[in-house]
Amino acid sequence: MSSPEQWTGSGPESAPAATAAPTAEQVIAGLRATDEGGADLVQLLTPEGERVRHPDFDIDITPEELRGLYRDMVLVRRVDREANALQRKGQLGLWVPLLGQEAAQIGAGRALKPQDQVFPSYREHGVAWCRDIPPVDLLSIFRGTDNCAWDPIKHKFHPYTIVIGNQVLNATGYAMGQRFDGKVGDPDGEATICFFGDGATSQGDVHEGFVWAAVYDAPVVFYCQNNQWAISEPTERQSRLPLYHRARGYGFPGIRVDGNDVLACLAVSRWALEECRNGNGPVLIEAFTYRMDAHTTSDDPSRYRLSEELEVWKLKDPIERVKVHLVKQQWADQDFFDSVEAESEQVAIELRDKCVNLPDPSAESIFGNVYAEGNPVLEAQRDEFLAYHAGFAGGEH
Amino acid sequence: MAAPTVDRPTDAGPAAVRTLTLAKALNTGLRTAMENNPKVIVMGEDVGKLGGVFRITDGLQKDFGEQRVLDTPLAESGIIGTAVGLAIRGYRPVCEIQFDGFIFPGFDQIVSQVAKLHYRTSGRVKLPLVIRVPFGGGIGAVEHHSESPESYFAHTAGLKVVSCSNPSDAYWMIQQAIDCDDPVLFFEPKRRYYEKGEVDTASTTTPLFSSRVLREGTDATLVAYGPMVRTALEAASAAAEEGHSLSVIDLRSLSPLDLGPVYESVRRTGRLVVVTEAPSESSISGEIATRVQQECFYSLQAPVLRVTGFDTPYPPSKLEEEYLPDLDRVLHAVDRSLAF
Ligand SMILES: Cc1ncc(C[n+]2csc(CCOP(=O)(O)OP(=O)(O)O)c2C)c(N)n1
Repeated sequence: MSSPEQWTGSGPESAPAATAAPTAEQVIAGLRATDEGGADLVQLLTPEGERVRHPDFDIDITPEELRGLYRDMVLVRRVDREANALQRKGQLGLWVPLLGQEAAQIGAGRALKPQDQVFPSYREHGVAWCRDIPPVDLLSIFRGTDNCAWDPIKHKFHPYTIVIGNQVLNATGYAMGQRFDGKVGDPDGEATICFFGDGATSQGDVHEGFVWAAVYDAPVVFYCQNNQWAISEPTERQSRLPLYHRARGYGFPGIRVDGNDVLACLAVSRWALEECRNGNGPVLIEAFTYRMDAHTTSDDPSRYRLSEELEVWKLKDPIERVKVHLVKQQWADQDFFDSVEAESEQVAIELRDKCVNLPDPSAESIFGNVYAEGNPVLEAQRDEFLAYHAGFAGGEH
Repeated sequence: MAAPTVDRPTDAGPAAVRTLTLAKALNTGLRTAMENNPKVIVMGEDVGKLGGVFRITDGLQKDFGEQRVLDTPLAESGIIGTAVGLAIRGYRPVCEIQFDGFIFPGFDQIVSQVAKLHYRTSGRVKLPLVIRVPFGGGIGAVEHHSESPESYFAHTAGLKVVSCSNPSDAYWMIQQAIDCDDPVLFFEPKRRYYEKGEVDTASTTTPLFSSRVLREGTDATLVAYGPMVRTALEAASAAAEEGHSLSVIDLRSLSPLDLGPVYESVRRTGRLVVVTEAPSESSISGEIATRVQQECFYSLQAPVLRVTGFDTPYPPSKLEEEYLPDLDRVLHAVDRSLAF
């Protein structure tokens, strides 16, 4: 893992603020963010790699399955770090790091069945991985070659949504459709899962989504990754009470899970999705986790958060604890770890190569797909644009 | 797009002409669309048991059930945002916004998601969504119940915006909008809801996104849509008594604009007056004026004139007669145009 200094913006204007004393508010926010997540926190694997039992959400996991989860997390972290590096090298305009949230995303992603539908926010690279979306497709958004390079229907993974909270309503409507289509009520039923952050919970659309889902019994799992910060605003700036408590006010279960524990995230997500498939949804899951890197590559967390906070969360790393457990259980040997490491290098090399070779879209594509059924006014504008460009053919322009 | 001049039904189908109010024509059109396609659902505040505050959805829930006519919680972003998900799922939702002034809580979903999903997904996701908005003034209502917000949506790529002005169009246009694979903002002239007209339910010859010449004249052209169409027709009749022959064109489609018939008419009359209730600044009326001067510069005998609502919030209802363009303001503009 690279050092914090490498992760933060290093512009001259940000240097003095980085050393300024934190406000009392920041200290409090930092302390709250690093507590153990409260008594209700569902945890199956401690930061020390000890397996603990939970009365409601325990699952059986085979050595092979756990190795699979480990591999997923290592590879998406490598994809994330590579994308971050590609941004630093000027190959991407922006990147939204996933670092620290691998367990929250892989746990949820691996709980999904093929028939389930996903509505992500913009940081769900790990869930995209579980939906077999080529990582380069995520990069194309941030390189500016496409708004959504994957087929959202085929992958059952909606386009990334940038406007905070919008997708929560869209997901709820989709889930209402699943119910109207009679796709709930048995284990082969369908469910929808919707991802958003702790900051998003302040948005009206999220509240409205909760209301609609409750009123229409929509089979939707609301999956809030509470990574403690909405850019520079701590969770305390969004809510006076733990976010999972809110579900009660809408009339459905809310569960807080250790978002750095992939087993717990898998178990709770499986349970919640089953509830939905069986027609008992919705469910709110608060995955209590931490954004280890900057909010985006344009952010400078040294201006608002304490390095101590980061140090505490490093000890809860989602990948390390699985590794320790695999070793303790003798479920994996050095060869396994080496091979995953080698595979991740390969994934990174491939990603780098594919990224720099992403073709620029054609200028004409600006005008494509604005409408399903065309628009003569727009078509005239496109024709004029093309004629203008054709005028330069062979010229010096 | 074919530019029809005068709408003359030509097909020989069974005559099924009924006299309906515009409200009943919309209701009948919605019913027909729901009968023809089980994926059509109606959703909004009070649209079920009550039949909507204007009764446009009257009786639909009784006949189609609560799953196809959804009395929703009270939140416009929720209505539109969940309709987006339903449309992705294969439904064809028709959302009712209770009054024009209440569309703004849903504005974010409309411009951020409804308008852009098809583009964002390179055409893989279609959003056949209709958002019905009773709009405009003249009913003596309180604040936020009389606005004309259509230009906000015409300004947004990815949306189509239409407005009906008479029962026949209301009946056909609502069905055509529901059939359309693009999201359509459907503006209904609420002060014309209870005016009657003939509706041939057997056929229409007018495509949705086209304007229509209602009256041919030689001296000046009037363009209007929605509630102002009737005002423009009355103005043309009054002008005829004074010896002036006016063309009247009902735009019907506000985005895309079908200005072919307007250009044709202006080339003949040399004069254009645009009549809308909406404020004039950065509006559809301004767009029409711009395009007409680009296309018909050498035919124009006078600058394009506009008769519109003022660039103020909609006033208290005691003042709306002053605010709304009426016969006299339209005729005054025609006189100014003719005087050039
Ligand atoms: C409606 C809206 N307002 C502001 C922004 C700018 N913005 C982008 S991310 C963000 C913080 C989001 O925090 P949170 O919901 O906790 O999600 P996180 O990024 O931490 O996962 C803000 C303010 C936005 N994208 N959309």
